[in-house]
Amino acid sequence: MSKSYRDGLPLSAREFVDQLLRFRRGSISRRHFLGVTGLGVATAVLASELGLQPTPAYAAGELGDRMSIATWPNYHDPQTFIDFQSNTGVAVEVNVFGSNEEMLAKLQAGASGWSLFVPTNYTISTYRQLDLIDPLDVSKLPNYDAAAQNKRFTSEGEVDGVLCAVPKNWGTTGFAVNTQKLTPPMTSWKDFFDTAMTTGSGRAMVHDYQLTTIGNALKYFGYSFNSLKPEELAKAEELLLKVKPHLFAISSDYQPAMRNGDAWLTMCWTNDGAQLHRDIPEIDYVLGKEGGEIWTDFYAIPKDAPNKAAAYALLNYLMDPKVAVKEHIANGAPSTDARVNALLPKDLLDNPILYPAADLLAPLEFGAAATLTDPARAELMARFKSA
Amino acid sequence: MSGAARKRLVTALLLAPAAVWLFLFLVLPFVAIVVFSLGERAPAGGYQPALTLAQYANLPARATAFWNTLLLAPAGALACLLIAYPVAYYLALKVLPQRRLLLVALIVIPFWTSLLIRTYAWMYILGGRGIPAWLEMIGLPELRLINTPGAVLLGIVYGYLPLMILPIYISLERLDRRLLEASADLGATPFSTFFGVTLRLSLPGMMTGFSLVLILLLGEYLIPTLLGGGKVFFIGNALVDLFLQSRNWPFGSAIAVALVAIAVALLLAANRITARLSGARQVDLL
Repeated sequence: MSKSYRDGLPLSAREFVDQLLRFRRGSISRRHFLGVTGLGVATAVLASELGLQPTPAYAAGELGDRMSIATWPNYHDPQTFIDFQSNTGVAVEVNVFGSNEEMLAKLQAGASGWSLFVPTNYTISTYRQLDLIDPLDVSKLPNYDAAAQNKRFTSEGEVDGVLCAVPKNWGTTGFAVNTQKLTPPMTSWKDFFDTAMTTGSGRAMVHDYQLTTIGNALKYFGYSFNSLKPEELAKAEELLLKVKPHLFAISSDYQPAMRNGDAWLTMCWTNDGAQLHRDIPEIDYVLGKEGGEIWTDFYAIPKDAPNKAAAYALLNYLMDPKVAVKEHIANGAPSTDARVNALLPKDLLDNPILYPAADLLAPLEFGAAATLTDPARAELMARFKSA
Repeated sequence: MSGAARKRLVTALLLAPAAVWLFLFLVLPFVAIVVFSLGERAPAGGYQPALTLAQYANLPARATAFWNTLLLAPAGALACLLIAYPVAYYLALKVLPQRRLLLVALIVIPFWTSLLIRTYAWMYILGGRGIPAWLEMIGLPELRLINTPGAVLLGIVYGYLPLMILPIYISLERLDRRLLEASADLGATPFSTFFGVTLRLSLPGMMTGFSLVLILLLGEYLIPTLLGGGKVFFIGNALVDLFLQSRNWPFGSAIAVALVAIAVALLLAANRITARLSGARQVDLL
């Protein structure tokens, strides 16, 4: 059955014109006309969207009318920002990034214009050292409850005992595999790279991101995900150069290729894995049994944030478990907050992609701060990409 | 004020806005890039002052990227030229005048949409469910189009073709038709009239289009990223990574300076070739 945009309209075009003519003839009042056509409601909504009416929680003008957030692709429920705007009158502009390095580069260059951003655990100490982020004023975040947070995921929000960032969600880096195309079960990074060079040749993708692409190549040999040792990095480079001719692409935008069947195998983050598996059940999400990455994404406020008042208001709003739970349902990443876990639907809590078994989580490593700034890893990635 | 002095003053005033603009937004940034290129990468990335040529000595580390660019950018510009010329010729000399405006508009209209979106669309056209699927339906073997150098070349031609057509079209439109008649009257075949008169007189337009497309292609990074799957690495991609990923500003600056030097050398060579071939007075683009 075909659906027309007209199906949902409160009145048909003909009725609208009839009412309009009656209004113009003076046989109905303006108020009646606006009421029956819905134009009155539309105008009122428009007025509140433009900040023309005071909002309940904040006096007009206190928070300004706009702010900007830097975050990751497919990472929020769009409704969150719409609701925030109708509560506060602040329109949120969302900027999407592909890597922590890119976010750091923008903040180092200055005048990013962001009032809030979403860095990953291992970058926060560097932001603090470079004096690019503000310590957080917890008194402005009554919805944040440190006691409800799982410390395994949230400790890196504090730098030298100062709270600089509060968690959004945690996750893992594994790989997604189309089990109809690649039938033998895969359980390890060794399987991932070996398959990419054989039965999955021309169908595999790695991230355009040094931390995970180099880190997972290191895991192939059983080295640490964060290794900076020259001889171990050399082995990882050798593997990456060997696998490169077999790759479909080097890109962190892997959902389109996995969905349309061009790619069968890709490095993958929890939330993308959950989204892919939800829509295409034959795409599985696998954690390498050798280990790999576990991560937490945080919210932080840049030192030069143009609208700190709105940043605190939005951050506090996002820390409200009732709001956060919708974010987790939308992006498919697990929560660090016990209050949110209590509200999550059971099928999410039981989803092994979001909440993997303890024995798979145990060998995972958090990214190390040194990998962010290490020139050797950056050059290795450049050699791999240009080879 | 004497007439000559007045003339000089008027000339200076007329040129001043452009000169100030160029100084502020071309010369000064370039000086900054040269200064950066002599520095060192700060420990957490960025720039710290130094006076060293180490960044230039390190240029061979991006040899593959330079090579890919110097191969695919001229190839792309040449492909654009070969496809654009017949189109421009048709537009300028063959089409009915009342249809000409419509056809020129059709060539320009794609520019109203962002190159990013148009290139992203090509990812689906060339991807497994696009052209390869149709070819398989008529019984051809499985074919990989996306994420190959050929796909990048196709994206380049698609994206930059209008920039090549328009200058050639303008130079052909200005062509004095009486020269073609004179050539025919003097016994030349249509073939030798085309090569002896039309082609030669449209050379400046061809060179303008070629230089325009070539220079833009030397800095291209979007098309190789999207249609090359990150596997076809241009010098533009190397620059993006150096500034946005590894934050090695000094090395990135040294590559940028080298790129400018290559572009200037290519332009000078193109100018000289045009001047020689068209036998006309020297027209400087630089």
